[in-house]
Amino acid sequence: MRTTFINTLRDLARKDERVFLITIDMGYSVLEQFREEFPDRFLNTGIAEQNAIGVAAGLALSGKIVYVYSIIPFVTMRCFEQVRLDLAYNNANVKLVGIGAGMTYGPFGASHHSIEDIAIMRSIPNMTVLCPGDPIETEQLTRQSYEIKSPVYIRLGKNGEPKIHSEETKIKLGYATQVTEGNDLILITTSNMLEKGKKWVDEWKEEGISVRLISMHTIKPFDVQAVKELIDHNIPIITLEEHNIIGGLGSAVAEVIAESGKAVSFKRIGVPDKYSHYVGSHEFQREKFGIAKKPDIKFRK
Amino acid sequence: MQTDENEKLKALANTIRKHVLNMVMHAQSSHIGASYSIVEILVTLYTNILKIDPKNPTDPYRDKFLLSKAHGSTALYAILAEVGFFPLEYLNRYYVDDSILPGHLDRESVPGIEFSMGSLGHGLSVGVGMAIANRQTKNPGRIFVLLSDGECNEGSVWEAIMLASHLKLANLTVIVDYNKIQSFGRTNEVINQEPVLDRWRAFGWDVWEVDGHNFDGLLDALRAPHTGPKVIIAHTVKGKGVSFMEDTLDWHYKSPNKEQYEQAMHELENLD
Repeated sequence: MRTTFINTLRDLARKDERVFLITIDMGYSVLEQFREEFPDRFLNTGIAEQNAIGVAAGLALSGKIVYVYSIIPFVTMRCFEQVRLDLAYNNANVKLVGIGAGMTYGPFGASHHSIEDIAIMRSIPNMTVLCPGDPIETEQLTRQSYEIKSPVYIRLGKNGEPKIHSEETKIKLGYATQVTEGNDLILITTSNMLEKGKKWVDEWKEEGISVRLISMHTIKPFDVQAVKELIDHNIPIITLEEHNIIGGLGSAVAEVIAESGKAVSFKRIGVPDKYSHYVGSHEFQREKFGIAKKPDIKFRK
Repeated sequence: MQTDENEKLKALANTIRKHVLNMVMHAQSSHIGASYSIVEILVTLYTNILKIDPKNPTDPYRDKFLLSKAHGSTALYAILAEVGFFPLEYLNRYYVDDSILPGHLDRESVPGIEFSMGSLGHGLSVGVGMAIANRQTKNPGRIFVLLSDGECNEGSVWEAIMLASHLKLANLTVIVDYNKIQSFGRTNEVINQEPVLDRWRAFGWDVWEVDGHNFDGLLDALRAPHTGPKVIIAHTVKGKGVSFMEDTLDWHYKSPNKEQYEQAMHELENLD
């Protein structure tokens, strides 16, 4: 996803000289080409996250369209007050690009994991929250983020995620994207769990269970209407995210269900409000938190 | 400076202090001491330094001023109104229900507010970003940032100080309001900042030291050419201008009662 992101940003920068990239001393083997092509629109602010966000705001209020790149915890939480005030309160045209959704940085440890970011960012007024799940979503949402004149948070995985959508799929910011049709169950995923969700849906299909898979790549503004329509299918709904069970996709869907006045079977799957003290790979971390394998659901035949 | 010009600036400073007193009295708000320490700095900037046009407040080539110590907002509102960014009557609509001017800065409130601020340690980073943008686009507009001394406790300030000198931002000037009192004590007793000049110098800045209530000194320092970022350490007195408010922690918080208001106004009128 990060390669797709930076290639898309280079394309945008060629077309618009206002596009500016700040890195907080991250981006080895990713950002070099941008730096070479646009040396006067690239700035490494050093390992100083608070200052980086303030500098980005100053550039944005001077007419730049600023993308700030780092690992998720450092571009969201280390500098949270600057995000809140300098970007959101001032409605500055700055895009935060975070790498390493959930436990992507598995063996690095919990300092480099991000399980709180969606909850935090979606609670900030003026902030748009984008959680692409594959390169198709990443490319199209990056382009659409450029059109938004207010702050945006883009939550990326790392590299090598497969394409889930076809090349022709049109991804529209603010609207859920349906991946598969299905009549037994609805599975809504966000961010880097799209791949996992698709795998589960394929496994269920072999068992004769048809699942409607929805990619909720935009967490804010949230596609309330799509969730309302899903409720009306009157089949169970499951949400799947690599994020704390509190405050993320599952919470957002639950809010819609609760206010719909309708009853529907509903289950949130995510990180169970715990930090990882497990040592191991991304997939190993998922296994330990119980989000690697599809849940054992008894379907009435 | 000509004596009559100096007298004009003194008179304007006194007018600003009376506006601030009226605002703080009407609203029963705090921070009058922090506003009074920066009055001469603001008067110097807005009458002699900043290239700005109150009739065209968003001119892309303007100089920009950021009051990072946004709790001194009443002094900024008063000078902005005096130089014509908005009507003087707005000063009566400060802080209270359904008014216009908030306790800290909101750039959507009135023209002339460059950035919404209130939490300390934000303004210099934003100023650095603005200075980078202007240099990159060959925009002649300069950036001025006013910090409080206590604000320099914030780590983010030093992050910005480092980047500004690394980038040799010659279009950036910082003024530190060194009134030596912060929220809960004497600045150098809370966290020592001395030797403050050497600290900025060691970080690669051009350093000036002035009496922050003396127009000649402020003008010389603000007009001095510089090849990198410049800082002016302005020695000031918290609550300057009203005898019982000067150099006290109390008047960071208190708002005047009727007797105190009358005495303060009496002292200010005697300065006219």
